[in-house]
Amino acid sequence: MLSSQSYQDPGKMKDYHYSGPVEHRFSPYSFNGGTVLAVAGEDFAIVASDTRLSEGYSIHSRDSPKCYKLTDTTVIGCSGFHGDCLTLTKIIDARLKMYKHSNNKTMTSNAIAAMLSTILYGRRFFPYYVYNIIGGLDEHGKGAVYSFDPVGSYQRDTYKAGGSASAMLQPLLDNQIGFKNMEGVQHIPLSQERAVQLVKDVFISAAERDVYTGDALRLCIITKEGINEQTVPLRKD
Amino acid sequence: MALEDICGFQDTPLHRKCFPASHFEDTAISFDCYSAEFRGLKKSGRDSGIPLQFFLPSLPNSSPFNHRSTSHFSPSKHSVTVRRPFPLSHGTTTLGFIFQGGVIAAADTRASAGGLVACPAVHKITPIHSHLVVTSSGSGADCMLWERILAREIRLYQLRHRRCLSICGTAKLLSFMLHPFKGTDVCVALTLCGWDKEAGNTDSSFITDNSSSAGFSSQDVSAIAYPSSPNRGPKLIYVCSDGARLQGDVFSVGSGSPYAYGVLDGRLRWNLSKDEAVSLAREAVFRATHRDAYSGNNVDLFHVTAQGWSRRKREELKEEYYRDMERRTKTVGERKRETALDALG
Repeated sequence: MLSSQSYQDPGKMKDYHYSGPVEHRFSPYSFNGGTVLAVAGEDFAIVASDTRLSEGYSIHSRDSPKCYKLTDTTVIGCSGFHGDCLTLTKIIDARLKMYKHSNNKTMTSNAIAAMLSTILYGRRFFPYYVYNIIGGLDEHGKGAVYSFDPVGSYQRDTYKAGGSASAMLQPLLDNQIGFKNMEGVQHIPLSQERAVQLVKDVFISAAERDVYTGDALRLCIITKEGINEQTVPLRKD
Repeated sequence: MALEDICGFQDTPLHRKCFPASHFEDTAISFDCYSAEFRGLKKSGRDSGIPLQFFLPSLPNSSPFNHRSTSHFSPSKHSVTVRRPFPLSHGTTTLGFIFQGGVIAAADTRASAGGLVACPAVHKITPIHSHLVVTSSGSGADCMLWERILAREIRLYQLRHRRCLSICGTAKLLSFMLHPFKGTDVCVALTLCGWDKEAGNTDSSFITDNSSSAGFSSQDVSAIAYPSSPNRGPKLIYVCSDGARLQGDVFSVGSGSPYAYGVLDGRLRWNLSKDEAVSLAREAVFRATHRDAYSGNNVDLFHVTAQGWSRRKREELKEEYYRDMERRTKTVGERKRETALDALG
């Protein structure tokens, strides 16, 4: 993501001449890369992520997917700082269990989204550096996607890309799924086969141009029958 | 757990209970002092004054008394600004004005984060209850969460006291809730646009001598009509996280507000018809989105009257831009012809 570069280690990529002594403070954050995508259809939702875990110039792992299953009808994709992703998913799992035990029912997708918003805002002054996207089915069985910013602002969408390649993927999705900036085109609703094919193509393009995205693609397709997972290989360089 | 100690992580449930946002409870008492039941309720519910628990980071070598002293909740004293590696969403144009037919609230729908459009279809105007909408400006997450907290507090007030809190009271409540965060980078600028349904209560300082002659009590709310009472009718109040709380007739907030003010100041009058007011608000937002880079996409418009709020369908400004472009090419063409004729003759 373009804007995150300026906030990272400022010494690393800048000019190579000595400009005076610089004090480097310990930064509690680090950027581990990765891209997440979610698409909602009439009766399905797809959450997809790449599986590369990187830091600076190194790759820590080629098999670290960023989609986490929360309930039978909800999957969350988290990208950004991996430490915060892990902790946040643990906290969400714990809160889901607490809700199940006190209310005797599973949390719905929009309840999980509202809860995550308050969890994130509770850390307004030391945020979780995580870009979250929740994909799932709402109470009526229709696909729903909720996208978050790191401090808890959220919104229900039809499609959203988050993570390092989000600035490249979002315009492509706007055009292909939202039919934005196209004149005289028939707005056909998205079928599951077309959505899966589109997600695969979009990630292949992202792996071409974004260094932090690649290795493999993990797709979770959520329908009322359950969650179906697929793995597709991507560029490993 | 060693990492917790290094980071000064005080987020255990036990610590949460003793980390009171007792400041909230204090402020809750100070403006609600006429209601004895509230104090009783406050004792019974631990969380009755606290809207949300906040985790505040602290430096490892800061003195330990900082997080031990639990008597004051002031994030500006404790918090170290942890440098955020990401930009938050900002940039907007919102406006509200009062006219003879009620209150109009209008806003654009773009949320920008740094140079990127984070979301082109955000709702910047949120209804709080049937007769109050709030336009938000500033940081997106802050506005969304504070509106949620405000809606919750208003609903609790309504359930406890069996009447709706006045718009002025709502603004005061919001301002006091935001006060502990003054000095931090919470950035919230809300305009409350609403209609006060009932005559105010006896404690309100706005009651003038000639309107209280009938000696009404707080039970006697809707029966007596005070057409001259300043507490009924449309209200527009601006509340911001710096502590400002201003009542007025027209407000515009955000990076596009200078452009919107220009259009509004030119054409705003008290006796506009509803259609004229709607078209004026729409024009103001349109001009602001045209000139301001951080505003754009669509226009949302709400109209609040004594019957409640009503929402106009969200309008995409793309068509308007094309129509405007055609008008401009026509004027430029005419000007060229005129200057050519002048040059000849």
